[in-house]
Amino acid sequence: MANGQTDTLGRIGERVSALGDWVNARFPADKMWKEHASEYYAPKNFNFWYYFGVLSLVVLVLQIVTGIVLAMNYKPSAAEAFASVEYIMRDVPWGWLIRYMHAAGASFFFIVVYLHMFRGLMYGSYRKPRELIWIIGMLIYVALMAEAFMGYLLPWGQMSYWGAQVIVSLFGAIPFIGEGLSEWIRGDYFISDITLNRFFSFHVIAVPLVLLGLVAMHILALHEVGSNNPDGVDIKKHKDANGKPLDGIAFHPYYTVKDLVGIAGFAIIFSAVVFFAPEFFGLFLEHANFEPADPLKTPEHIAPVWYFTPFYAILRAVPDKLAGVVIMGLAIVVMFLLPWLDRSPVRSIRYKGWIFKTALAIFVISFIALGYLGLQPATTLFVWLARLFSLLYFAFFLLMPFYSKWDTPKPVPDRVTHHG
Amino acid sequence: MADESVIDDEKADEGRRHFLALATGVVGAVGVAAVATPFVSYFRPSARAKALGAAVEVDISKLEPGAMISVEWRGKPIFIVNRTEEAIEQLQAVEDQLADPESEKEQQPDFAANRYRSLRPGVFVAIGSCTHLGCAPKYRPEVAPADLGPDWAGGFFCPCHGSKFDLAGRVYAGVPANLNLAVPPYRFLSDTTLIIGENTEAA
Repeated sequence: MANGQTDTLGRIGERVSALGDWVNARFPADKMWKEHASEYYAPKNFNFWYYFGVLSLVVLVLQIVTGIVLAMNYKPSAAEAFASVEYIMRDVPWGWLIRYMHAAGASFFFIVVYLHMFRGLMYGSYRKPRELIWIIGMLIYVALMAEAFMGYLLPWGQMSYWGAQVIVSLFGAIPFIGEGLSEWIRGDYFISDITLNRFFSFHVIAVPLVLLGLVAMHILALHEVGSNNPDGVDIKKHKDANGKPLDGIAFHPYYTVKDLVGIAGFAIIFSAVVFFAPEFFGLFLEHANFEPADPLKTPEHIAPVWYFTPFYAILRAVPDKLAGVVIMGLAIVVMFLLPWLDRSPVRSIRYKGWIFKTALAIFVISFIALGYLGLQPATTLFVWLARLFSLLYFAFFLLMPFYSKWDTPKPVPDRVTHHG
Repeated sequence: MADESVIDDEKADEGRRHFLALATGVVGAVGVAAVATPFVSYFRPSARAKALGAAVEVDISKLEPGAMISVEWRGKPIFIVNRTEEAIEQLQAVEDQLADPESEKEQQPDFAANRYRSLRPGVFVAIGSCTHLGCAPKYRPEVAPADLGPDWAGGFFCPCHGSKFDLAGRVYAGVPANLNLAVPPYRFLSDTTLIIGENTEAA
């Protein structure tokens, strides 16, 4: 009896492995699994900051899944959009949850992406040979901003409408082609049904496709050169007899399990917001957006959603419209150049001197301050503060080639270190 | 024994290869540009959007001196005022109380960046939407009416939040709005016919 069972199991096992062989002869399933999971060796000293990459991926999946089902009840027309969102919120079973997950998910996407980028800044993850990972990551960030901007128009609330009006009119500042360009983007002479319909198309198809492609490239580029780590040392310099890095551990099972813990922690915080403060005090869903769009009535105070406000503050800090648009664009362009601005001999903040640490602290304060100022009305005092912080923002990048050289780094260890 | 079907790179005619590659590339690029054209043009305003946003012809022959009419253009109300001689003279008198008397902020086509904010002093055209929150301002040409006080020199008054504009749509200092009323592009077809929505070179 026991023998018979073993035989049956054995035969099933043989069949399964034969099926595996059949697949692997036709598709590199095994090879890919090894290359990207079971034999991808990541440094063993990853810390808390290394959660935000996988969390970005989790939020991306969340946005795609919630977005697909929301699109089943949403109507992308000026006459019906606002009411269809209310319909999802009130009449569709669990529609309120799916919609709040999608709306809060957008803000959480930027939270985890900003923290992920800050991790890169701290540990020099953009330095050679990871320049392309950084650039692809920046392209993801830009695509994400486009995705979020167009998504925010869809509920067709007052802030949707006037936010889009302000942003699209920015293109009008470009000399000669500006007016025609903003007309081309809107497909009309003002933000209308036509604009809403095309933003919907971009939001649900075009930009998500681009995002997925870029994310795949980001991960492929990472796995080609290997992950950086909090010490910024190269783990490939010390390998064992089998060619496996001494300071590396297999991504699966070690980091897949560790990431599950991070995902669980994230899910707790995310759920708390979705269930108890889905609008997050007017930051994730602005109050003015609970009124339907009215092209004849401007809201008292137009502010973009929080993740755009640092750039909005830079825009308003410049008195000239065209110069403001250009400088705001440069604030994003300059981030792309980071791998070539940092001339420090060391990668990680752990071994950089006080000058870099001070500069990074000033940068973080400036970015947060600009984010706050972009939410506030443009009073004289706030505009001057925005000018000051804009200056500091650019100084962090443009002076980096100098101060990163003057800084006195600490000696870098040969192998990764452990703290606790 | 050499396989004769294998291409021998050394014997190849390089010039011919380059020519063929270039010719293929150029024809391909022209094809791509041709196919891209309809996709780029697809984004332009459609025939329906153009028809709905077309310029509006307005007959002002029956507009009495001092009177105002309102027409619609691209979803916005357009105010047209036949200004009297007294109203035109009044424009200079109030200038020290205005926020932007010289029309320095871009709220009008270049031809209207003057004291009258218009093509002809006698006819004032503006978008009838308060630059504060988009309410519709009231046309109040009378001087010193009971409800607006003895200092009122005639102009536009917004009942929502009390913004005041003079008879050229210039905003008074110290009111919620801080921009002059916007002037749309327009031109005169004849002395009594206006085209709203089509720009003109200087009068």
